[in-house]
Amino acid sequence: MNVELPTRPKPDSSIVRPIIADCDIHPCLAKPADILPYLPKRWQEHAMTYGMLPRHGYQSGPAYPKGQPDAARLDSWPPDGRPGSDLSFMQAQHLDANKVELGIMTVIAPAAGAAQNLDYSAALARALNEWQVAEWTNKDERLKASIVVPYEDGAAAAAEIDHWAGHEAFVQVLLLSRTAEPLGQRRYWPIYEAAQRAKLPIGMHAFGYGGYPVTAGGWPSYYIEEMVGHSQCCQALLTSMVIEGVFERYPGTRMVLIEAGLAWLPSLSWRLDKHWSRLRSETPHLRRAPSEYIRDHVWLTTQPMEEPEKRKHFHDIVEWIGIDRLLFATDYPHWDFDDPLWAVPVKLDDAARRALFLDNAKALYGRS
Amino acid sequence: MPKYVIGPAADLPPGQRLIAEVAGRKVVIFNLGGEFFGLFNRCPHQGGDLCMGRTTGLVEAGPEPGQYSYSRRGEILRCPWHGWEFDIRTGKSRAEPDRIRTKRYEVEVRPGKDLFDGPYQAESVPVIIEKDYLVVEA
Amino acid sequence: MNASTAGGIDCDLHPAVPGIAALIPYLDPQWADAVAQRGVHDLEPTSYPLRAPLTSRPDWRIAGAKAGSSREQLCAQALDGFGSRTGILNCLYAVTTLFSEDMAAAFARALNDWLATEWLDKDVRLRASIVVPIQSPELAAAEIERRAADRRFVQVLLPCLADQPLGRRSLWPIYEAAARHGLPVGIHAGSTYRHPVTPVGWPSYFTEDYVNQAQGFQTQLTSLVCEGVFSKFPTLKVVLIESGFTWLPAYLWRLHKYWRGLRMEIPWVDRPPPEIIREQVRFTLQPVDAPVEGDALLRILDHVGSDELLLFSTDYPHWQFDGQDALPPLLPDSLKTKILIDNPLATYPRLKEDFA
Repeated sequence: MNVELPTRPKPDSSIVRPIIADCDIHPCLAKPADILPYLPKRWQEHAMTYGMLPRHGYQSGPAYPKGQPDAARLDSWPPDGRPGSDLSFMQAQHLDANKVELGIMTVIAPAAGAAQNLDYSAALARALNEWQVAEWTNKDERLKASIVVPYEDGAAAAAEIDHWAGHEAFVQVLLLSRTAEPLGQRRYWPIYEAAQRAKLPIGMHAFGYGGYPVTAGGWPSYYIEEMVGHSQCCQALLTSMVIEGVFERYPGTRMVLIEAGLAWLPSLSWRLDKHWSRLRSETPHLRRAPSEYIRDHVWLTTQPMEEPEKRKHFHDIVEWIGIDRLLFATDYPHWDFDDPLWAVPVKLDDAARRALFLDNAKALYGRS
Repeated sequence: MPKYVIGPAADLPPGQRLIAEVAGRKVVIFNLGGEFFGLFNRCPHQGGDLCMGRTTGLVEAGPEPGQYSYSRRGEILRCPWHGWEFDIRTGKSRAEPDRIRTKRYEVEVRPGKDLFDGPYQAESVPVIIEKDYLVVEA
Repeated sequence: MNASTAGGIDCDLHPAVPGIAALIPYLDPQWADAVAQRGVHDLEPTSYPLRAPLTSRPDWRIAGAKAGSSREQLCAQALDGFGSRTGILNCLYAVTTLFSEDMAAAFARALNDWLATEWLDKDVRLRASIVVPIQSPELAAAEIERRAADRRFVQVLLPCLADQPLGRRSLWPIYEAAARHGLPVGIHAGSTYRHPVTPVGWPSYFTEDYVNQAQGFQTQLTSLVCEGVFSKFPTLKVVLIESGFTWLPAYLWRLHKYWRGLRMEIPWVDRPPPEIIREQVRFTLQPVDAPVEGDALLRILDHVGSDELLLFSTDYPHWQFDGQDALPPLLPDSLKTKILIDNPLATYPRLKEDFA
C-alpha cells in the first residue's frame, strides 16, 4: 500500500534550497530541570523552590495562550522534550533540510533577564551561556550563540559580556524588548559599553517581562493583539535607543532588532526625523538625524515578514531600509516560522538575495 | 484522468487521516464520519505539511462579539505552522475562502471487483475483489 | 508654490482653555466653588508642554496667553488663513485624565458648554467634538445624549491612550451612543498617563512621548478591530486625529498576516482587517510623517490603497508645517480635493447637512 501515516516529515528533496544564515533560532531546555547542573548549588535550590518570579501572573505559561502549543510549529516536537530542545531533531528538520550554514541562537526561554532577583538573574544567565556552549555550539559548528545577560543589572550584565568576550561560540549579546525601562536609558548603558568593548552586536529580541502592558493604553484581551503589539514595542525601543543618544555615546554599537518585523522601519524613521527636528532643542546630545543613526547602527531580522497585499510594495520597503540592513531569520521552531523558500514576497535579484539570506549575517557576525 | 488506488477503506477509520502519494504529490486523506476527503498536503502559505496539523471545529462568531459558535468538530484542519484553517470538505480557507484554498482531491470508495478495468492505478496495492478501496483522482 | 486649500474643511483645530477660571461660569456651583476651595489646577495635558515648539507655531503664539486661546485669532489664522469653510474644534483640556469620574463628567459638561458658548455661538464656521469622561462610559454616553441635539457637535472625542485599550467592551456604551446619533468617534493623540506613555516604559524625553503616539494609535486600532467594535457598530466611523498615517500600510500587512492564522480567537472579525479599516477608519492629515522631498509619500499612499482615508487638517496651533504648506504639494489634484472636501463630508454626516 503506497500510504504512510503522518510521522516526522521528510524534506522534499526535489526542491533545491539555497544555503542560508538563520539569525533567530531558539534552542530550548528539554525540561526546566536540565539547567540545574549548570547552576551553583545555592541557585539550584532557589530555582526549585522559588523559580523565576518575573513580572507576570502565572508560575508557568505565557501571558496570553499562544496560537499553537508552546508557540511552536506542531511538527517541531521531538520525541522527548519541547520544541527546539533536541539538537539532532533540529539538525534533521531544520539545519540540514534548510541548508543553514550559520545559525544564530537566541535563548529567550527561560528569560534570565526577567528574573526579578538580580543575583538569580545573573546566575541563570551564566548557566544558560554555559549550556549553550556545552550542548549546542560545541556539538554543531554551524550554531553560534548570543550572550544571555541579567539586563536589569547593567553592571552585572557588563560583567557577563566581559566574561565571554572573545569566546568563539558567542557572536552577539542578547536583550529582550520589554524591559523595566526603555532600553535606551542609562541603566542599560553599561551593556552598550561592554558590547562596544567586546565588538559584539546587540540583539534585541521581541518579548520580555518589563511588567508594563504590551500597549501604552493598557492590556489587550487577545493573543493576536500581543503579537501585533510587538511591532509597536520594538518601534518604541528603537525610538528610545535613538533619542537617548546611545549611538552617539557608543558609536561602535551595532543593534539587531530580532523578530520585530521590518516594514514599519521607514515610516518610523520619517516620523522620528520630523519630530526630532521640531523638538531639537530637547536633545542637544544628538548630532545627527535619527534616520542617519538608524541607517548606520541598526539591522533587522526579517521574521515575521510582513505580507503586503500587493507583493511589489515590498520592493519599496527593501529600498527604503537598504538591503544591507536585513538579516534572514526563520524563528525556528516557532509557529510563525518563515520558510526561506516562501517567505519573501518578491523575487530579489541574485545579489540582493545573497545579501539578505547569507552575506549580511556573515559580515555582521564576523563569519565572512 | 488516472485514478489512484490508495488502499483498503477499512484502513482509514473515522476521525483519522493518512498520507498518500498521488501522481508525485502528497495528498492527505481524511475520514469524516465515513466520508472521505483529500487535500493537497502543502499549505499554500509557506508550504507547511498540512498532514501534521490538528483538526478542530468551525469557530464562528456568536450573536455578539465575545461569543463563540462552535460546530463541525473535526472538520477544520489548521496548518501546523501559522494555523491557517482549511475546511476539509472543500479545501477552502476559513479566513478568506474566495482567495485562499488548498487543492481538493476527490476520494471515492470502490469495491475491489471494479478496479480491474478502467483508469485505475494500483502499483503497490494488492486488490482483493471482496474489499472496498479508497481511490483518488489526480 | 503652495497647494491651495481654499474651501477645505479643517478637521483638527485646538481651542485652548485660557485658564481654569474660564470654566467656572459653566460648572455646577459646587464644582465652581471647589475650584477655588481646593485650588484645582489648570488641566493642561502633559502631552503638549505649553512652550514646546510642537505645541505652537511661533507666528500663532499669543503673548501672555496660551496659543489657541483666542477665538478671533484661531478663526483668522486657521480658517481665513487657509481658506477653510469650516473647522472642527478638538479641545484637549485634560478632563479625561482626572481620576474621579464624577469630577470628569462635571468638567466635561462645563467644557462642552464653554465650547458652545464661547466658540460655536460666535462663529458659524466652527464645529466641535464632544469631550466625554472616558473614565465612566455610562457618564460619557450621558454627555453624548445631552449634547447630540446640538448639531454643531459633529464628533465624540477620546484620547488615544487611556487606562484600557479603546476596543474593550466596557467602553461600548460610548460607541453605541455615538453610532446611534450618527457621530464619528475621534481619537486624538495624547495620553491620560495611566500607563507609561510608551509600551516599553516611561521615556526620558518629550520627543519620545510624541513620536510614540503613532505606536499608541496602532495598538488602539488593533484593539478596536479585534474586539469587534466595527462588527458591532457597522455604521460607526472612527477618526484617528493627529496620529500620522504613513505607518498604516506596514501595520495593515502585519495585522492581516496574524489574523489569517489567529482568526479563530476573534471570529467576529469576519473580513480581512484592512477591508474593515479602509471602510470605517479615517485619518487627519497632519502630521505628514514623510520626507518633504522625493516620492516616498506618493509611494506610501499607493501602499495605503485608498484615497478616501485622509481628512484635511492644519492641527492649529501645533507646529507641523511652515507657512501655507498644509497640503503636500506633490499630491495629485483629484486627491487634494478628496482630502480637503469630499472625505471630510463623507465622514461627518452633520457637516454634510450644512453643505447640502
